[in-house]
Amino acid sequence: MKWFKFVKVALQSILKNRMRSLLTMLGVIIGVGSVIALMALGEGSQKDIKTQISSMGTNLLMIHPGAGRSGGVRLGSGSLATISMDDVKALREKSSTLLAVSPNVRVSEQVIAGNANWSTSVEGVSPDYLTIRNYEIASGTFFTERDVRTRAKAAVLGRTVAEELFGDSDPLGARIRVRNVPFKVIGVLAEKGQSSMGNDQDDVIFTPSTTALYRLSDGKTLRVIMASAVSEEKMDAAEKEITQILRAQHKLSDSEEDDFNIRSQTEIINMASQMTGTLTALLSAIAGVSLLVGGIGIMNIMLVSVTERTREIGIRMAVGARGSDIMAQFLVEAIILSLIGGVFGIVTGLSLAFGLGAILGCSVVTNLSVILTAVAFTAGVGVFFGFYPARKAAGLHPIEALRYE
Amino acid sequence: METILLKDAQKIFTLGGEKVHALDGVSLSIMPGDFVAVMGASGSGKSTLMNIFGCLDTLTSGEYFLEGRNVSGMGKKHLADIRNQRIGFVFQGFNLLPRTSALENVQLPLFYNRNKKGLNPKKLAAEALDRVGLANRMSHEPSQLSGGQQQRVAIARALVNDPAIILADEPTGNLDSKTTLDVLTLFKDLNQQGITIVLVTHEADVGEHARRVVAMRDGRIISDDLNGNNAEALAAVQPGTRQEAAS
Repeated sequence: MKWFKFVKVALQSILKNRMRSLLTMLGVIIGVGSVIALMALGEGSQKDIKTQISSMGTNLLMIHPGAGRSGGVRLGSGSLATISMDDVKALREKSSTLLAVSPNVRVSEQVIAGNANWSTSVEGVSPDYLTIRNYEIASGTFFTERDVRTRAKAAVLGRTVAEELFGDSDPLGARIRVRNVPFKVIGVLAEKGQSSMGNDQDDVIFTPSTTALYRLSDGKTLRVIMASAVSEEKMDAAEKEITQILRAQHKLSDSEEDDFNIRSQTEIINMASQMTGTLTALLSAIAGVSLLVGGIGIMNIMLVSVTERTREIGIRMAVGARGSDIMAQFLVEAIILSLIGGVFGIVTGLSLAFGLGAILGCSVVTNLSVILTAVAFTAGVGVFFGFYPARKAAGLHPIEALRYE
Repeated sequence: METILLKDAQKIFTLGGEKVHALDGVSLSIMPGDFVAVMGASGSGKSTLMNIFGCLDTLTSGEYFLEGRNVSGMGKKHLADIRNQRIGFVFQGFNLLPRTSALENVQLPLFYNRNKKGLNPKKLAAEALDRVGLANRMSHEPSQLSGGQQQRVAIARALVNDPAIILADEPTGNLDSKTTLDVLTLFKDLNQQGITIVLVTHEADVGEHARRVVAMRDGRIISDDLNGNNAEALAAVQPGTRQEAAS
């Protein structure tokens, strides 16, 4: 009842000075709005990056060749062909934590089909690759283990390649030539879109790993071995196991460094989200400063309000208002002022986030906890910056307040 | 038991390093149902006395009992509660909240009353307005009311918490002679209903409506008489006033 009355009195006072109240709230509106918009966009882009990285495959582990050594000079990562088809075989046979393992042999070639041609990457992989990388077949089939054994000249086209070479016509069964080797198109992949690094994942042709290795490449160099762990929880165990198997396979002594690098999907996700997270936090902190300025604006206006209403305070004290009653009244007014500003700020922030999200084409994640935090924070701003003026009002002497002109 | 009992009250203000005795050993008792006018020129200490009675200010020394309770040593919080429940104020400048209806103005003391849980503030306020003859002006704001009506709203506000005493500080100072008479008649009526009233004035013809007149000068009581016997005292306080009143 009493609080309801305080709220009513506060609302009356805010409505009596509409323009002034609005200007006072502006600081809070801008502060809360920008914090919410930035958080929503920040979390949205974080989510986008995560989905993009996840779309690379499930529980993915990438084994790259390690740094070579030429005399005393250490060469960069991937400078030696330290991973081989034997490694793939060993991983398949010995590991317990890996669901699937596939080599990847890549050559960049001009591909010709009839009178059309297109430069793309031809990747030699095993049938498991489809599962590992989350590719799906749109039409036709993917090749089999048998095709790998026989070095079959079968090709599965990515959506982009299919469109560039065949346009609207059906590529299934057609012939294409890669470095004068004829291939038969046996399947077309479903569209996958851009990767997190921005390259087109549909601009690719898959052939059996052996075909690429022996017919198109040098017969030994693997670009990468892709593996899929049995579950997300087993990612760390899988990484250890791979290290163990490959070190044994490469006959490395304890003093020697690994001649390969393992990178896991979770690592990449963490790195990326850490980066965007830092950026979001930084921008939000800057936005928070405007909230602080908004709070000071509220304090300023509340001080003016206390002076303006000195006589009213005197009357209220004369009829029996305690100092705490007066204090509560001004605090409530400051809190309501900043809360209304906060609500406007949330609306502004969300519209800004969704507007910008639509324009920039990135997801917007509205987080209830962020909104609730913003509300709590603005109420806190009201209490903090309302406290001094409210205390000043409560400390007035009734006689002096009544005499105030 | 006395409604008001003041024993050797001293109030000293320090103005620019100089000590001013606003009250200089005042002793006074007022019984329930009395109607007292405190008279004196400006600076005589009558307003200070009123502020002490109203628990708006505290004594430098001496004791003040309100309905037998020693108020002298009480803290701000208790004084606020006493003002709220035991004292009704009527001011010269009405002191109503602007842009607030008469009914809401009268409800104001009830808002701060911590002992009247469960009572209907609207009903009590309406009854108080009815007592001062403003039953038909409840939703009017002060700016829509005449001076006399505004003062009657203030009186209703003073009545609403059923106080021990009504303190009126120059209640007719801003009113013309006709409305002055209306307001004083209202005070008399209320006094006849048993309400104790103390009013401060410097106008002799206002003082004449009270049952008892206390005259002050330089922080001291110089006379304390039942009405009709106070001619000399009045003359001493304000030379010439009587002649004007008589003429």
